[in-house]
Amino acid sequence: MSRHSLLTLANGGAAPLEELPCLELADFSEAVIGAPARGRRVSALFGALSARGFALYVVLADDDTGLLECARTDLAGDEYPAMTPACAQVHLFEREIAEQWGVVPAGHPWLKPVRYHASQRPGRDAWGRPAGVAPVVGVTDFFRVEGEEVHEVAVGPVHAGVIEPGHFRFQCHGEHVFHLEISLGYQHRGIEKRMVGGPGKRTIHHMETLAGDTTVGHATAYCQIAEALGGRHAVPRGCALRGVALEIERLANHTGDLGALAGDVGFLPTASFCGRLRGDFLNMSALLCGSRFGRGMVRPGGVAFDLDGSRVADLLARLDAAERDVSDAAQLLWTTPTVMARFEDTGRVTADTARELGLVGPPARASGLRRDVRKTHPAGIFQMVHIPVSTAETGDVFARAYVRWLEVTRSIDYVRRQLGELPRGAARRECPPARGSMFAVSLVEGWRGEVCHVAMTDDLGRFAAYKVVDPSFHNWTGLAMALRDQQISDFPLCNKSFNLSYCGHDL
Amino acid sequence: MLRILLARLKQGHRTVPFPDQVPALPDRFRGHPIIDPTLCADGCRECIEACPTDALAIDAGGVGLDLGRCLFCPECTAACPTGAIGFTTNHRMAARHRDDLLVRRGVRQRVQALDATMLRLFRRSLKLRQVSAGGCNGCEADVNVLGTIVFDLGRFGIQYVASPRHADGLLITGPVTENMKLALEKTYQAVPPPKIVIAVGACAISGGPFAGHDEVHDGAASVVPVDLFIPGCPPHPLTILDGLLSMLDRIGADRVPARAPPAPGEERLRWARARADEALRSLGADLGKTKRGGGNGGGGGDL
Repeated sequence: MSRHSLLTLANGGAAPLEELPCLELADFSEAVIGAPARGRRVSALFGALSARGFALYVVLADDDTGLLECARTDLAGDEYPAMTPACAQVHLFEREIAEQWGVVPAGHPWLKPVRYHASQRPGRDAWGRPAGVAPVVGVTDFFRVEGEEVHEVAVGPVHAGVIEPGHFRFQCHGEHVFHLEISLGYQHRGIEKRMVGGPGKRTIHHMETLAGDTTVGHATAYCQIAEALGGRHAVPRGCALRGVALEIERLANHTGDLGALAGDVGFLPTASFCGRLRGDFLNMSALLCGSRFGRGMVRPGGVAFDLDGSRVADLLARLDAAERDVSDAAQLLWTTPTVMARFEDTGRVTADTARELGLVGPPARASGLRRDVRKTHPAGIFQMVHIPVSTAETGDVFARAYVRWLEVTRSIDYVRRQLGELPRGAARRECPPARGSMFAVSLVEGWRGEVCHVAMTDDLGRFAAYKVVDPSFHNWTGLAMALRDQQISDFPLCNKSFNLSYCGHDL
Repeated sequence: MLRILLARLKQGHRTVPFPDQVPALPDRFRGHPIIDPTLCADGCRECIEACPTDALAIDAGGVGLDLGRCLFCPECTAACPTGAIGFTTNHRMAARHRDDLLVRRGVRQRVQALDATMLRLFRRSLKLRQVSAGGCNGCEADVNVLGTIVFDLGRFGIQYVASPRHADGLLITGPVTENMKLALEKTYQAVPPPKIVIAVGACAISGGPFAGHDEVHDGAASVVPVDLFIPGCPPHPLTILDGLLSMLDRIGADRVPARAPPAPGEERLRWARARADEALRSLGADLGKTKRGGGNGGGGGDL
């Protein structure tokens, strides 16, 4: 497979749909299956129905060159040979395609529903279920280990804490976990489906609530799509302020995670300090735009709220205070032996496993993979001012915690620097309406990892298809692998060290 | 150990003295909206057209805004040519009845406390099971925040518990997706009566940004009877806390209520604090720099 037959785009790029090559199915499969060997990973693989019929689309990311390779293949029949057996990182993508479109990836080793909804093409169902009968969430053939002393632990969807719903099944021998199966879909609210025909007045709000803790990440990904389709970049000041908002979002969540990890090993000082400090970062978002979650901030063309000098000074003062306190709170973790004894060597994911599963974000970087969209596929302000990639080698809970801490320090530096040199000019300008029959891809390094949005427009410039890939979609399988051969009591700790999104996965 | 104590000292006391004082909210915070229909131009429908969730409607009484649908986004204020609609930084928005969430010109119905029997049961101890039934995890995040030292929900006798069997009621977030409906019904049934249901956030009240989707049921009231509605997308932690305390008759009608007699736990807490200060002083620690309320300079003092 030569690269010439694929469309290459930069992050935030768009091209006429006719330039997106339509490959033969065999060539398409080969491009996907061969991607890892060529140093690419699968950012998105999805089906979409358009005026031209049903087709599969793929976006491969080349982290060395910063290019995205895109292609499609038309699929007329009810099935195609599954790619998962030769390329593990597409396993959930292929399940999603099967569920959404009633197309069977023949030979898929783990073909189960993802979100438990009916197929979007009435009359076609990958499991041959009768039309009109709604699938029941959580009803599937769970993997089961048999044996005299083997037992199963089932948890969820309603959990013991204030947590989103999901179902977890552990196959255990005593405390020892052989296997964890994660079954989601409880948060499915049909956002992608509602994007078709858009954008409409709810669109930006749907993007801001794909995963409420990643409001800035997803809204920025969407706005980059809108700008790519409209053919006009956001203004520099708007890009810089998006960067500030994105890093504050990361700071709030990473700080909260460090506190939650401390709480899960019973180390209350850092748990309480970080619980409060997370709020201080959320309040910085509220200072920017009135919302602790960055709602209303990012809009096509730039940002809806500008900063004046006094607000910048206020932010900088808050940042200094928060930096001192979060530093103290984090250092306590690394210098307390009882904490480190629980963090180290728990829930290890090797670099090979992380690569094979296509992990992104802090879990990938904790296993030594240099995957960070801000560095490898920079868009907006990250093209101008770089941020170092934070990695660790051990792939355990400690590594995932430590990577977060490194990123906290670097994000604080980044925000401080941006606030000191905000470009002059307006914070926003008009974004032209989307051009017709275009294909656009946008990546953003949200705090959980790569947020990927892909859009196609019809000839009138309305969305013909809109695909969202939250980083959690890549990473849930990583959590399942981290639990292998661990104690079941390690689950909360491992879970927090990934802290994945249920709603971002369920859409 | 010393390091931990030192860090503890440096972090200081961070619990806000709510409800005795209400911390300042940021100037851009979008709290309770205000509408002045006298400013509306004849036949103008700009705000109604701009609203993503049809929270605004116009009838003989002028423009009305349904707090239960409102996402507190800036679209209507941006669209309004005459400044007839705006948001204040007032965080108090909860209501006991769905109809009371309609904002028009004038004063809105305040939260009524529970009846005497329910107050006797729950005023000083309310255990809640939280059910996340769809949504975006934003409400969950700020429901969780109430448990941090900043708000210290436990001092009001309110706690989230791990099982519906231990609970006095449910706190529901999310629009109730089709896939969570059964789990919510079962959880509700598992709570022993009498029970309270609290719907937190635009999703749980009306479906929020997902209202009308085939995959959701447009709010908790479609499945269970709701006793308290707390608007927001997501609601600010203070809005949630104000709603809970108002329902429990633990907060006055004024913005800054007269100091109530100390809650039972408070005397003991003050005693414990004094003892802790004493112990630290005997360690020779310098307390002068770390006096409580270290919010000067913008740390934890304001929200």
